[in-house]
Amino acid sequence: MAKSWREWMKELLHLEELITQMRATAARETDSHKAEELSQQIEAFEGRRKNIIKLIFSRLGAWEEVLLARADPRPYTLDYVNAIFTDFLELEGDRRFGTDHAIVAGPANLEGQPVMIVGHQKGRNLNERTFRNFAMAKPEGYRKAIRMFSMAERFRLPVVTFIDTPAADPGVESESRGISEAIAASMLSMFELTVPVVSVVIGEGGSGGAIGIAAANTVLMQEHAIYSVIPPEGCAAILWRDASKGNQAAAALKLTAKSALEMGLIDRILPEPEGGAYANPLEAAETVRAAITGSLQELSKMSPVKLKEHRYAKFRSMGVFSS
Amino acid sequence: MPDFGAAHWYPQGPMRSGKPSPAGRFVQCQGCKKTLFATDFEANFKVCPYCSHHHRLNWSERIAYTFDEDSFQEMDADLVSSDPLAFPDYKPKHDAARSKTGMEDSVACGIARLIDMPVSVAVSDFHFMGGSMGSVAGEKVTRTLERGCDMRCPVIIFCASGGARMQEGLVSLMQMAKTTAAVERCRSHGIPYISVFTDPTMAGVLASYASVADVILAEPKALVGFAGARVSKQAQVVKAPDDFQQAEWVLRSGMLDRIVERRDMRSTLGELVRMLGAHLRQGAAVVA
Repeated sequence: MAKSWREWMKELLHLEELITQMRATAARETDSHKAEELSQQIEAFEGRRKNIIKLIFSRLGAWEEVLLARADPRPYTLDYVNAIFTDFLELEGDRRFGTDHAIVAGPANLEGQPVMIVGHQKGRNLNERTFRNFAMAKPEGYRKAIRMFSMAERFRLPVVTFIDTPAADPGVESESRGISEAIAASMLSMFELTVPVVSVVIGEGGSGGAIGIAAANTVLMQEHAIYSVIPPEGCAAILWRDASKGNQAAAALKLTAKSALEMGLIDRILPEPEGGAYANPLEAAETVRAAITGSLQELSKMSPVKLKEHRYAKFRSMGVFSS
Repeated sequence: MPDFGAAHWYPQGPMRSGKPSPAGRFVQCQGCKKTLFATDFEANFKVCPYCSHHHRLNWSERIAYTFDEDSFQEMDADLVSSDPLAFPDYKPKHDAARSKTGMEDSVACGIARLIDMPVSVAVSDFHFMGGSMGSVAGEKVTRTLERGCDMRCPVIIFCASGGARMQEGLVSLMQMAKTTAAVERCRSHGIPYISVFTDPTMAGVLASYASVADVILAEPKALVGFAGARVSKQAQVVKAPDDFQQAEWVLRSGMLDRIVERRDMRSTLGELVRMLGAHLRQGAAVVA
């Protein structure tokens, strides 16, 4: 069982690197005959690469979906924000304690209409990851979100949230400043809203940290995103006292987009380009844009009171039991 | 050799109804390890008279210690969890918990009277799969809050839970949103909602309906936290205080309102219901 996307994709990444190198050599090649030969080789390698990708994506298990959702080249919230919206103006303060870079927030325009954006933000390298705290939000992040939600309500802005977090920050400081209360209060403030709310799960929908900003009228989920009550490793550690059985736990938890849709817990799956969202970020962003716009259009037909009731009824109906 | 039992033996009938304990039975305090007379121990609400350790209660003891005698009417007792994920070993674990506790799931709910005032009540029982919240617990808590709105009476919820029930996966996570939505409904209906953190109140339950109550009380030394203490301490270089995640520390952090000893819980809740719920009771209109 590969532990990370990089480990799992090692051979493919190696092949891709090889192709890049060959391309560079081909570009430098002056002998036309040799260049022709090289480009044929490159083509053969490209074909092999495509076949491998097709093979990999034709037999994805739950654990592979976990690795894909966590893949570091995967587009993050700000990538989508930059591709889909214009004039995003980040606003930082929580007015209580500090700022939290694991959640980005602020108004932006979507096809000329202002909306309010809130989303978890991951980092791509060590510095960025530290700065973003691995997208594990502290109470400040959720309290900033609450400010944005209440502004959205006052100024009648639809809300769009992006979900991509392994979990909320579990540290001692977060605990002392009330991370649980912050998450609950954030959900509660979403249930107060009378404007349309759309959430998109773009990577990891990690338990409380995710649902804290995902109490939306419409919940969209990318094909290779995950949504779970507990990280599979944590689940395995509890169940089998062995965190390395994450793959078994992932299967048991049914944390894929397909399962979430089958259980009626999300509204739509957003298909990703072949090879995953990172293979073609712009195509992925276009799918996300169209889905957000479509959802907001649908929701804008509801009255403010109806929007709030709709959100209540949506979550009210979740639960499987008999009597 | 006296018959030592764990201080939380199970099942046990409510004490205030005057049921005598098995004669000659002793218990050992889980806090100071002293040997106690079972009768003394139970007369003291299962609190150790020496070290004041508050032992965990089952739901019926909690009801009996808190609300007017025989006033509790259980509701929705017939809700049974299904196994939406066909999760490994869930069914046998769930069945074992059912036969151990006599409950169908981790929460009991209904209506009761508190010092002659009507209240909508839910009590979660840690003995049932760690009080975890799956579909049934989420539904019962939601119905309890909605019942407060419908009947125009205050809501009291006793929490005792390790968090969301992982065996029901994402369905459990959604119970956090569902129950929190119901709290929002109480707020907009002007219904006072009091939650009581008992040992332990953790994770998905703490990060949803438990933490957004109008008033939050806790029993002394109850464990209250988002992440397991081990995870929290690992996650940061900041040194955790000795009483990290204990009710006293949580109170200092500003995340709850009062720590109330078990023997005072009934009267404290009564005062709160009387004052915060005054506008809901008949006759209040006369004053206005």
